[in-house]
Amino acid sequence: MDIGLLTIIIFDGLNYAAVLFLIAVGLTFVYGVLRILNISHGAIYGLGAYMATWLTILLLNKGLPPYLSYFVLLTGAIIIGLITGPSIERLCLRRIYGSDIHIQLLLTFSILLILDDAMKLIWGVEPMFMSEPYFLLGQFSVGGIIYPRYTFLLIGVSASFGVFLVWLVRGTRFGKLVVSVIQDREISVAMGINVGLIYTAAFTMGALSAAIGGAFIAPTISVAPGFAAEVVVMSFAVVAIGGLGNLEGAALGSLIVGLARALAIHLVAELELAVIYLIMVLVLAFRPQGLFGAVEERRI
Amino acid sequence: MVETPLILQTVDLTKHFGMIKAAERISVEVNQGELVGIVGANGSGKTTFLNLITGYLKPERGRILLMGRDTTGLPPRTITRLGVARSFQVPQLYRHMRVLESVLLSLAAESGNGGSFWQPLFKESRRAEALETLKRFGLSAYAHRPTSELPEGGRKLLDIALSFALKPKLLLMDEPTSGVSIEDKFEVMDTLVKVLQESNVTTIFVEHDMEVVQRYGWRVLVFDEGQVIADGKPDNVLADPEVRKTVLGRV
Amino acid sequence: MRPNLRVVSIVSALLILVPLAMPSWVVFILTKALFTFIAVLGVALLLRGGQLTFGHALFFATGTYTVGFSVKWFGFRDALLLVPMGALTGLIMAALVGLIMARYRGVFFAMLNLAFSMILYAILLKFYWVTGGTDGISVGTATFLGFPLRAGTYPFYYLTLVIAGLITYVVYRFLASPLGYFLRAIADNEIRIEYSGESVRRVIYLTYILAGGLGGVSGVLAAFTVGHVVPEDAFWFQSGQFVFIALLGGFEGILGSLMGAVAFEFIQTYSSKYFPYAWQLTLGGIMLFIILFRPGGLWAIYESLVSRFSSKAEGSTHG
Ligand SMILES: Nc1ncnc2c1ncn2[C@@H]1O[C@H](COP(=O)(O)OP(=O)(O)OP(=O)(O)O)[C@@H](O)[C@H]1O
Ligand SMILES: [Mg+2]
Repeated sequence: MDIGLLTIIIFDGLNYAAVLFLIAVGLTFVYGVLRILNISHGAIYGLGAYMATWLTILLLNKGLPPYLSYFVLLTGAIIIGLITGPSIERLCLRRIYGSDIHIQLLLTFSILLILDDAMKLIWGVEPMFMSEPYFLLGQFSVGGIIYPRYTFLLIGVSASFGVFLVWLVRGTRFGKLVVSVIQDREISVAMGINVGLIYTAAFTMGALSAAIGGAFIAPTISVAPGFAAEVVVMSFAVVAIGGLGNLEGAALGSLIVGLARALAIHLVAELELAVIYLIMVLVLAFRPQGLFGAVEERRI
Repeated sequence: MVETPLILQTVDLTKHFGMIKAAERISVEVNQGELVGIVGANGSGKTTFLNLITGYLKPERGRILLMGRDTTGLPPRTITRLGVARSFQVPQLYRHMRVLESVLLSLAAESGNGGSFWQPLFKESRRAEALETLKRFGLSAYAHRPTSELPEGGRKLLDIALSFALKPKLLLMDEPTSGVSIEDKFEVMDTLVKVLQESNVTTIFVEHDMEVVQRYGWRVLVFDEGQVIADGKPDNVLADPEVRKTVLGRV
Repeated sequence: MRPNLRVVSIVSALLILVPLAMPSWVVFILTKALFTFIAVLGVALLLRGGQLTFGHALFFATGTYTVGFSVKWFGFRDALLLVPMGALTGLIMAALVGLIMARYRGVFFAMLNLAFSMILYAILLKFYWVTGGTDGISVGTATFLGFPLRAGTYPFYYLTLVIAGLITYVVYRFLASPLGYFLRAIADNEIRIEYSGESVRRVIYLTYILAGGLGGVSGVLAAFTVGHVVPEDAFWFQSGQFVFIALLGGFEGILGSLMGAVAFEFIQTYSSKYFPYAWQLTLGGIMLFIILFRPGGLWAIYESLVSRFSSKAEGSTHG
């Protein structure tokens, strides 16, 4: 393999990894706190992409200076996160805490179906393009390889969000409350912690992660309906590799999946999609709790 | 092969959870037909001992021999098939099933028929046997009710009945009378001991109440911090003030 | 799980007789409902063990492509042999995938199944020189011992009905057996099962294989009904629809899955007529409603109607 191709693979891999991490970290965070795998995560990602694209196009047409578009992307994502997060948690999830796992999965799956179609009804089925933020940053070249600078922005946003979450959990009062709720819900209730509020906040953080992921990937793709489910499987793969509920695990999982996907695309294009699932199956076949996950034993 | 009277033998059985010594060099022998009580304060390692013997936990050190066979490291399923059954401190029942159905499942498993996917569970002979078992445990009235409707004492009894239906050679019971009111304790134990003696099952039972052990155990093991600190006739052992202090001291 | 002979005879009579009075589009829809029912039975079986799969289309597609490749490579399209072949390929696929799957529960079971089905989807899509890619493979009309067997006709319908009937019997026996009860027990208490000397993994594995076989049979019948096999047969949305039907029908009782499948096909037909762009929304909305307000699905509604009706009847005879 020549060095040029290798460089491209690494850049591509980091690019994917950044996007994957941004989405997956929310999925794993929500699971860590609520013990629910939110299948509708993929749809929130889609909504984030649509909202950001639509809003940016709207404002650019109104004469918004292009360099402010990054701010608009973020705003669009936050709007979606703040709408979907609390409403899904309060209206639906709240009623099924403590239900069987399959009921919880089915509920979030049904939300995915609804939101996935809602996007089509709101924004139509025609793909939307909005690449100003992407082209605005231009390109750079190393050793004869030309690569878009936008990748750095993605990595930056992704890493910042990850650091922000870790700080939130380990460095703030909110984080202490979250940890206490995770460790023992009942005691937390007894101590007067508003567990409901913590759940809403945690779920909203998850929704924000998905929406921001969608918003910042949007300028690099054509935003079209129907990928919500794929996104959630992909981020589940990432999360499962790292260990469900584990923030560092999500980072490692994203790197593995991102690089593997880049390798596959450039070397065996047919396996582009399959490779993600193959890695997940392989990891889980040998380490069911994921790379960083701990085995949960039941005491009898 | 000579039939060995030794049904259980542990050698230097050791299990730690971090700093906690849940089992510390336990060497015990139990003969066929014995009725052995285990006492000890909370957290002294009684349940851990049962978990080790039945393969739910793997010892860090030491060996377990059941009926002369080394079973160290074997999973609960295999050990159960060798004829060792147990009941649980917190009853392990099938939440959504009826009482009769759960006993039928134990009987089916015991007859090697548990894996059948063609013969019905409700075979007439099996049904009769299940009803008979329930009768012996005083649970007939609940046969057709969901297990979730049983009162606490009934749950403990069913938990034991499910293990008993496996026709074990050795039965381990983890606090058979916990959750049973003080007035009912002796009645429950009377029922259990009668059923078990009739069927010649070697029994080890964990019990908090020293009076119960005194009355029903032929022999008692006293646990403290994972160790067996006394082993002998209840009358002798439980008279020892040191023993009384360790057992009662930290309850 | 007592077989209610009266209900069984009524349902059989309805399924045998009603189509005779119906236009061919209804016969077509009922055929679809029947083969969908077969696949859904597999999903519902696993759900009884508390395990949800988002990837049952893996086996469905194994069945459809069994027909696809048989037609493409050998020009062979006889249903008499291909239906058992579909069962076999489904079983084999499940026996392989199940080796891994039997170790997982809950979220992992659901998502790993999804992953496996998506691997198949990706392969069917990308290796187009073998699979025909997005276009899939056209399989034309089935034959039965050489006679053509056209979809939407009575012979095809009754063949499907006979197969569905046989499968229902097998599944009924399975559910009434110790293994079927152990399956239900998995959702309740795995520790007690292991301490009965039974292997939880073994129970899941065997159920999984059975479910896979059902998916394969369903796929074969689907391929001949539609006349075409495509990668979407393995897509997550197909799996999602199976899950939807299982939920709609309710997991208790085989009849629930049948009611779910019939209802589903009619909902689909009318929904695509009146809300062509909101199919997922319709499914999702109904699902949400069932989970939040009617967790037992159609089966529970039916049972509560029956009990209300019979208590009324009793009241009037005694009164
Ligand atoms: N799975 C486990 N992980 C960590 N520590 C454990 C585990 N199981 C038991 N322990 C610890 O080991 C010690 C012995 O526990 P064990 O359950 O055997 O006590 P016990 O004698 O049965 O007590 P009790 O009378 O309360 O039932 C306790 O300190 C307990 O906290
Ligand atoms: Mg104990």
